[in-house]
Amino acid sequence: MTSLPKPAAFGDSRALPKALAALRADKLCAACCAVTLVVALACFCAPLIAPFAYDAQNLSAAATPPCLQYPLGTDMLGRDILSRILYGGRVSFAVGLLATFVSIAIGVCYGMVSGMAGGKTDSAMMRIVDIIYSLPFTIFVILLMIAFGRSLWLIFAAIGAVEWLTMARIVRAMTLDLKSRQFAEAAAVLGQTKFGIMRRHIFPNLLGSVLVCAALTVPSVMLLESFLSFLGLGVQAPLPSWGSMIKDGAEYMEDAPWMLVFPALVFSATLYCLNKIGETLSEAFGK
Amino acid sequence: MAAYFLKRLAGAVPVFLAIVTAAFFMARFVPGGPFDRERPVSAETLKALNAYYGLDEPLAAQYLKYLGNLARGDLGPSYKYPGWSVNEIIAQKAAVSLQLGAAALAIALVAGLLLGFGAAAFAGTKFGAALSGMSLAGICLPAFVLGPILALIFSIKLRWFNAMGWNELPSDAVLPAITLALFYAAWIARLARRSALEEKSRQYVVAARAKGASEARIYFAHILRNAIGPVVSYIGPAAAGLLTGSFVVETIFQIPGLGRFFISSALDNDYTMIMGCVMVYAAFIIAFNLLADMLLAAINPRVARQLEK
Repeated sequence: MTSLPKPAAFGDSRALPKALAALRADKLCAACCAVTLVVALACFCAPLIAPFAYDAQNLSAAATPPCLQYPLGTDMLGRDILSRILYGGRVSFAVGLLATFVSIAIGVCYGMVSGMAGGKTDSAMMRIVDIIYSLPFTIFVILLMIAFGRSLWLIFAAIGAVEWLTMARIVRAMTLDLKSRQFAEAAAVLGQTKFGIMRRHIFPNLLGSVLVCAALTVPSVMLLESFLSFLGLGVQAPLPSWGSMIKDGAEYMEDAPWMLVFPALVFSATLYCLNKIGETLSEAFGK
Repeated sequence: MAAYFLKRLAGAVPVFLAIVTAAFFMARFVPGGPFDRERPVSAETLKALNAYYGLDEPLAAQYLKYLGNLARGDLGPSYKYPGWSVNEIIAQKAAVSLQLGAAALAIALVAGLLLGFGAAAFAGTKFGAALSGMSLAGICLPAFVLGPILALIFSIKLRWFNAMGWNELPSDAVLPAITLALFYAAWIARLARRSALEEKSRQYVVAARAKGASEARIYFAHILRNAIGPVVSYIGPAAAGLLTGSFVVETIFQIPGLGRFFISSALDNDYTMIMGCVMVYAAFIIAFNLLADMLLAAINPRVARQLEK
């Protein structure tokens, strides 16, 4: 059970300005935002700024330690580590953002419907969530990946399909609370349909919490993608991913430690920044 | 409390059954079969194999037969490792994973609680911020990053431990246990800190201070007891995850545990082994969630009253 972000204070319809102010207030967090932006931008611009292609081999320069030509060294096939980190980051960020979007979309809809329906429908829907929660997650994802073939799109779907559970629980709990508030009851008395109440009155009040949860989901999705790539189930070679680079690095760490150290460093630093941002947001909205 | 326990136990049966059913049919809908090898077997052999294991019967019949065997505690033969039953494999491998997981759980609990409650006690000071920064850094070092790095530093450079292997020396367990524990320790620390900070601002703290209790007594006797709740609920699933083994840690350090089968059985379409792994995990999750709730009720009488309703 991961820690659920606390529900935001109600009436927070202007969630975004509040979030930005909170991010600016904490210096460490502002630095983290800057680092994340730089890394993400560099990764997305990889084809423009990477010194080599990710699959450009130079066997005569295999396993070269960091030097002027290869600032972070090369791997066993003489491929530039820096370029591969940049291209790998593209995949990580793309998966992180898209899968988060998928999971939020599913989680918010499911949670709102469950909370709004209430009664037996609600408890049945939540029981389903409980069951999926207690399935061993890795087996679940691997079966999904094998069943539908290994493609990048499926990684999004598979991860999104698992990550929505937390979101659904939070949204459902908040919907239960919100729908019994006076403004929701007033809307119902005035003849607003259930769908209308969800759209006009409940959804806007959820935004703060959704934002916090999204911020914390991105790093956990990136972690998951790297884990799958580490297992060899994620991105397929020769396309690099941070997870698969760490795996390759771990195999040759005795002879070529830079193959392990640099990807691991970039990966952990990025995760740290994203988690720090998420934490700052959750504190800003929680209190 | 006993009535509540029995009620929960009865409630676990349908959940367990639903998990078994979901896993059974999901595994079967995956293309390929357990006898796909690098060198394909001939059509006759495949037919004979399928007939021998009853895989040519209708799916519903296989499912009912599986449930029947399950009720007698028989998890069936492994398709990937002929001659071995799933019961034997699990019994042998789980022993290793249990030892390693128990060590990791102990480390995670001690380190996580010290770090988290320490960070909350010293909140607002540089020391507290450093402790809380450490726990945030911990969740950014998953096992597949931490394991190789620890092995690189302590086994290859410093030569303090064997880089891999199991049970040749007692010290073989040190690096894997730390690798496994750190991520969980960091989560526990974050939960503990957050919850203790929340409790610190409650009115009962003001009341205790007003009646003259020392700060140490307020923290240890009042705040911690109330703040432990989220940690205990987290430990349920966490313990299940730790004790059933970790694919990553077992692969990096070459440990013959159960964790590896969670991945390899799914890749091999070893249906019975997949089911075995799923059930072991599900049983642990259900059992530890229940244990966590009972523990919570024992610590906090208010929870006990709520549960009994």
